[in-house]
Amino acid sequence: MSAAGDTRVHLDREHALKLLRQMKLIRRFEERSAELYGEQKIRGFLHLYIGEEANAVGVMQALTPEDAIVATYREHGHALARGLPATEVMAEMYGKASGSSRGRGGSMHIFDAGQRFYGGNAIVGGGLPLAVGLALADQMQQRNRVTCCFFGEGAAAEGEFHESLNLASLWKLPVLFVCENNRYAMGTALERSESETDFCRHATSYRIPAEAVDGMDVVAVESAARRAVQAIRNGGGPQFLENRTYRFRAHSMFDAELYREKAEVEMWKERCPIRRFHSWLIAAGVVHEVDVAALDRDIEGEVEAAVAFAEAAPWEPEADLLTDVMTPAATRGVA
Amino acid sequence: MSRRITYREAIREALQEALRRDPRVFLMGEDVGRYGGAYGCSKGLLTEFGEARIRDTPLSEAGFTGAGIGAALGGMRPIVEIMTVNFSLLALDQIVNTAATLRHMSGGQFSVPVVIRMATGAGRQLAAQHSHSFENWYAHVPGIKVVAPATVADARGMLWTALEDPDPVIIFEHATLYNDEGEIEDSGPLAQPLEGAAIRRAGSDVSLITYGGSLKKVLAAADELAREGIACEVIDLRSLRPLDDKTIAASVARTHRAVIVDEGWRSGSLAAEISARIMETAFFDLDWPVERVCSAEVPIPYPRHLEIAATPQVPNIIAAVKRALRR
Amino acid sequence: MTDFRMPSLGADMDEGTLVEWLKHPGDLLRRGDIIAVVETQKGAIEIEVFHDGVLEQTHAALGATLPVGSLLATIRMPGEVPAEQVSAVPEPILQPAAAVPPQPLPSQAKVSIDVLGQFRITPVARIIAARSGIDPGHILPGSDGIIGLREIAQLPQQPPKHRIGIDLDEMRKAIAAAMARSKREIPHYYVGSALDVTVMSDWLSSENAKRPVPERILSAVPIIKACALALRKVPEFNGHFTDGRFLPGQTIKMGIGIALRGGGLIAPAIDMMEMLPLDDIMRRLTDLVARVRGGRLRSSELSEATVTISNLGDDSADMVLPIIYPPQVAIIGVGQIAVRPWVVDGRLEPRKIATFTLAGDHRVNDGRLALRFLKAVEQYLKKPEAL
Repeated sequence: MSAAGDTRVHLDREHALKLLRQMKLIRRFEERSAELYGEQKIRGFLHLYIGEEANAVGVMQALTPEDAIVATYREHGHALARGLPATEVMAEMYGKASGSSRGRGGSMHIFDAGQRFYGGNAIVGGGLPLAVGLALADQMQQRNRVTCCFFGEGAAAEGEFHESLNLASLWKLPVLFVCENNRYAMGTALERSESETDFCRHATSYRIPAEAVDGMDVVAVESAARRAVQAIRNGGGPQFLENRTYRFRAHSMFDAELYREKAEVEMWKERCPIRRFHSWLIAAGVVHEVDVAALDRDIEGEVEAAVAFAEAAPWEPEADLLTDVMTPAATRGVA
Repeated sequence: MSRRITYREAIREALQEALRRDPRVFLMGEDVGRYGGAYGCSKGLLTEFGEARIRDTPLSEAGFTGAGIGAALGGMRPIVEIMTVNFSLLALDQIVNTAATLRHMSGGQFSVPVVIRMATGAGRQLAAQHSHSFENWYAHVPGIKVVAPATVADARGMLWTALEDPDPVIIFEHATLYNDEGEIEDSGPLAQPLEGAAIRRAGSDVSLITYGGSLKKVLAAADELAREGIACEVIDLRSLRPLDDKTIAASVARTHRAVIVDEGWRSGSLAAEISARIMETAFFDLDWPVERVCSAEVPIPYPRHLEIAATPQVPNIIAAVKRALRR
Repeated sequence: MTDFRMPSLGADMDEGTLVEWLKHPGDLLRRGDIIAVVETQKGAIEIEVFHDGVLEQTHAALGATLPVGSLLATIRMPGEVPAEQVSAVPEPILQPAAAVPPQPLPSQAKVSIDVLGQFRITPVARIIAARSGIDPGHILPGSDGIIGLREIAQLPQQPPKHRIGIDLDEMRKAIAAAMARSKREIPHYYVGSALDVTVMSDWLSSENAKRPVPERILSAVPIIKACALALRKVPEFNGHFTDGRFLPGQTIKMGIGIALRGGGLIAPAIDMMEMLPLDDIMRRLTDLVARVRGGRLRSSELSEATVTISNLGDDSADMVLPIIYPPQVAIIGVGQIAVRPWVVDGRLEPRKIATFTLAGDHRVNDGRLALRFLKAVEQYLKKPEAL
């Protein structure tokens, strides 16, 4: 088990099982979500992270509970890897009052103040300035914390990306920018949306140290994240990771995927982060098939418990519609 | 001959027609090409017109909207598609500070014949960052025209008129309309005027004034009220800037009662503007204060029941009409 | 509050004896109600009240003989609060400054209500009341305390200045003048077609079978709607010929010929006919016929139609050749729907046929347009569900 401040990955049995379990939990949770979407239990947009699990799981290992996370609308994986209970995340997907955001946000807007999980942002690029501000607050209050901001490569086309990188670098803010490059901004391929497809060069042009990582390798991601976080904590200012990854499923549930070849998807599936890590652990003798089978049973139970929890959870009463638009007078000045 | 097509098909046909008629016309926006448009409106157009005229853009709303404005200035006739009105806020600066101002601040030297289309509105459980109605924000700004086709015929017919207009035109397409079917009369001219409201149903008891995605709810309410012997006149604004004061005032003068149905939030809404104009033009004809049915003042929530509770619905409209009739 | 006093019922009446109260404190009073019976020199006379309101208090005992002008009762006006509550309410507005001698108020009740704003009247009701010379203080508000168009409509009828109803002699003169002018000035031409209306007729039967009797639709209704829609396609027949110019109608304001029981004919109009759903047209027709027969038409309905339809088919005429009502430029005649042998796809079949005729003003339009109109009517009647 590695301590948060350690930059090396200690891949003992316990830590290996933890990484495998988190990735498998995300995978199973989302497969079940897709099924529930078909049954109309989950509505609205549902963006799946399947194929990209190593990124959230790897990066989270480098963070402490005091650090903050800003994620996107494809954030179920980040929420689960951060430690939000699967029950509450599933209830949120259902829109139930026991959900992480009382059901008001749904799949795209998962929030958890206790976990310092700042959503759940569905405007592409919208989370980056927010992360800069969170880090600014830490800096101004002399707190040695890191704000980790996940975003897709599509966001790099937005002005907010460039403005945020410039500000963070200019003010030496403790932000870890994690660009999850899954090669498609919705249906637009990387080469069709970026004149410079090497995102590290964007970062270094703002004088932010940057590293490209194999986003299909959880150990590589964890290792890179540990180095970057350590650099931030040592006062090195913002750091940038470009995680090269791939989503196996469509952009959202209602997407005919006219923009990419099946063969390409199959090729990437060969590099499935879960299968690769699993095979490697077995081959290296770190874990055994019985361990994995037990893990699978355990995860199945956890996901089904989450579904049962969401099914049984109450709806927010219509009478509460207007609550929490503004801060109630009674709690003013407390936060 | 008339035929039935969907609102989505109407827009696709209108795009296709415009692209065929005028080589200066091109379409650009996020995923309009290979993906076929976030709402499928431009499916197949890439094959017919090629990448130069069906341009996929990066997620750079300020950039590509501004580029559309520049291209219009340079003699093209761009159609810019912004995926939703929420994303258009990233391009607000370009629309409000550039497109809307150029003609006036250059002393009339430059006009900006750009057409900007975007989806708007709630109803699909997309929660608080994909469901809003900011038509009123744009309708506030002099220098642009703002239209909201609510019928298939208008969706088919307003785009070409917008392209012929020398000034910037913003077209709002309510996202719940894309699958709706309607009648297209092919024998007559397809083009529809940009300005002027349409009376979609005549009635003598109350004027129901609405636009865009709320029209079908208002017509359903009018049907239900007709069974109770209440005759509603339904006005589809069509154009949100400029507003057709004449049609509104004439209708209210006939019915003496007005109910405005607007999916925007009530404060500072289009409904507020229309209500003020009724006060200015038809106050002495009123038999009841103007009623408004607007969205509750909350970001639109995700769960179905709360989304319904937050937005105008048939029962709210019926209740407002009955209040106006003191029934 | 207003005082109700012993009225003078004639120059020679000095006093009266109260013999009966017909209303009691708390009772609602409508203008014209009999409130009491007074014995006079000329016998017992019922006395009426001239205000709407509530009888607040009586001040005279039965059997008392009182001079004219004596207080009999106080009446609470609409919107006023009962007397026992009044004392609790400060009266800031009407309290005259001490130095100013009180001015006599023109009508105390009215002014107090108006100034205190204790009833509310809608803008349009206020204007109609003013135009009709009705004092809003004399109108009883609705249960919500508001005077609106409804309350104005419910006012008791003013004594009729003219006889209610339609004067047949006058009407006959008017018809004579209009028709003679029409035949003198308008070069009429007639174009007619026998149209197969089987589809419409069958559709209507099945539609009506689904409805309760009061909601059923007469076949005249889809015919009228089809004609209105066809006029939208051929707008040359909808409008007026005035000062040597044809002015097309903005909407289709269609006059409907309605025969009166005592003879004579009137053609009140329904505006925007082309936009009304069939149910609305049926409802309006029923209403019109009832009101025509009761002589209660609205002025807007009698103001000039842009086209007229005459449907004598109900009386089993096969064909109608009507006369244009000037300054209109066309009139449509519709004969009865009858089953006739008809050739369909080379075979003889019984079909439902009606003959449609259009009389046009040759100064403005011509027969080819009439034919286009009839074709359009035929097309619309083939798709009755779309009407």
